Amino acid sequence: MAERVYGLLAEFDSPETLITAARDARDAGYRRLDAFTPFPVEGLSSILGIPRPRISRVGLIGGFGGAAVALLMQCYVNYDYPLDVGGRPLYAISAFAVVMFELTILFSALSMIVAMLWQNGLPRLNYPVFAARRFSLASKDRFFLCVKGDDEAFEPGKTAAFLTKAGALSVELVPS
Amino acid sequence: MTDRSADILPADQSIGEVSEQLTGIPLHFPAWRRWVAAMIFACLLLVLLMVSITALFTRGVGIWGINIPVNWAFAIHNYVWWLGIGHAGTLISAFLLLTGSEWRNSLNRFAETMTLFAVICAGIYPVLHLGRPWYLYWMFPYPATMGVWPQFRSPLEWDIWAVLTYLMVSLAFWYTGLIPDLAAARDRAKSRGWQLFFGITALGWRGSAAHWSRWSQAFRLTAGLAVPLVVSVHSEVSLLFAAGQIPGWHSTIFPPYFVLGAAFSGFAVVSIIAIALRSWFALENLVTDEHLDLLGKVLLATGLMTAYGYIFEVFDALYSGGAHEMQTLVDRLAGAYAWTYWGAIVFNFIPLQALWWQSVRRSGWALLLISISVAVGMWLERYMILVTSLYRDFLVSSWGAFTPTFWDWSTYFGTIGLFLVPFLIAIRVIPLISIFETEELLQEEQEEKHG
Repeated sequence: MAERVYGLLAEFDSPETLITAARDARDAGYRRLDAFTPFPVEGLSSILGIPRPRISRVGLIGGFGGAAVALLMQCYVNYDYPLDVGGRPLYAISAFAVVMFELTILFSALSMIVAMLWQNGLPRLNYPVFAARRFSLASKDRFFLCVKGDDEAFEPGKTAAFLTKAGALSVELVPS
Repeated sequence: MTDRSADILPADQSIGEVSEQLTGIPLHFPAWRRWVAAMIFACLLLVLLMVSITALFTRGVGIWGINIPVNWAFAIHNYVWWLGIGHAGTLISAFLLLTGSEWRNSLNRFAETMTLFAVICAGIYPVLHLGRPWYLYWMFPYPATMGVWPQFRSPLEWDIWAVLTYLMVSLAFWYTGLIPDLAAARDRAKSRGWQLFFGITALGWRGSAAHWSRWSQAFRLTAGLAVPLVVSVHSEVSLLFAAGQIPGWHSTIFPPYFVLGAAFSGFAVVSIIAIALRSWFALENLVTDEHLDLLGKVLLATGLMTAYGYIFEVFDALYSGGAHEMQTLVDRLAGAYAWTYWGAIVFNFIPLQALWWQSVRRSGWALLLISISVAVGMWLERYMILVTSLYRDFLVSSWGAFTPTFWDWSTYFGTIGLFLVPFLIAIRVIPLISIFETEELLQEEQEEKHG
């Protein structure tokens, strides 16, 4: 490749045509695919070969972390400043349960959202696809399939012809 | 509730039109005059709050009607009321997301926005009630030179953790759901200012399939966490009462009773906001009569569950046979504050019965009036729970009375301004109905139509 290219962006007018085209593209040997849609389209990421996200593991670790922090904090506080209230136990697990529960949820939820943004590479100010003429419709009512320029099977002319044949309303070359 | 043969949204609208309509509200604001009028009213209330807080900080909590024995009155009563209202927002957006009740898609955004600001109104009350609010930081565990730590075996300490967690998780959940819509507004924005505002707040969202799949997982799991969080927060609030031995509070019914009452008052306020916004911004195509019908049903169901709490509370007192419990029951039914008890019953449960009729549920005005009645009724209920238990203590020598002062009322009305001002700003600058979720639902409906 002489000039550096982000990829080819093909526009479709419904999720069904996008899914059909994505399937065709996989069958035609394209591997570096992405899609841009106004709302999550069910089953699309598995067709595109995008691995299942692992945000849930982060949430699990965050949850255990929050519980541990809350338990250790409350135990330490009662160890450092023991206050005998009518002979009640200092390390009162039942009384500690509320703050443990809250911090479990807090750490778990925040870690998942931070992980989601982090893995998505957001926030970022710009991205090559934003340069595409019709890309603003991807947040409205158009569905875009992108064959990336670093795909082994990518050849601008041939790939564009393939996408047009797959039913694209428009095909645009996105510089990187 | 999820299986509906009929479409909840009219399927003859295209997703592009809906997107234009909803992004158009912040970008080409259609209702300037009413918005400015509402904003002026809200700002006046906010000024009233500022004045009240200044007076409070200058002169101390003695300017309120609280005393010993009634040391918790308006401050805690309104705290519980506001927090309860907030809970419906989370239940709508998180619980109904998980149950696949797609009718929530037209309501969740402004319900969540309502949650955020209601929690803020709730959160300031215990701080104001501290008497010396500048010592708020004593609630946090930090290595103090005094050598003491907060007491984690007390519900009063749990409270700050619960409310702050709730506020942060609600904010994170709200913002996560907002990102794709901010991107939609960014892509429609024509003026430089809006492009910058939405460009920055959308965080560079581009709707990539890989992003959506991570986003969906994070969003659904956070929703799954938010549901038990709501239940835990209001249960914890009820433990502020139930963990003590005060008659009328010391009961195991309190956690579910509080949670259900919270949902009840919250759904009432969601209905008020839904009806107001739909007539304000001509959103009848998205907030349909079908939505009002469902809101009415939920309101009726949560109301009846709250009524069960009332019945069980009476049973609890009778079954305990404790002299003080019985005395508190009599005080509630026939004491000096019996008007709060009967007021709560009348406002909460009498107009509510009209919701058994579908024609009432589908009429905006009727549902609006019933919802206002419920908000008032639940306010009276919290008043009743606070004051009737406290004003007659165990010892006759310490019996007293509570009368709200001007500053009690002014602080309370002021918090309504504290709620309305940011809420009005929010409906001015962000899409007040979730765009992508509405589009998704429309797409599904249209797909079903075409086979």
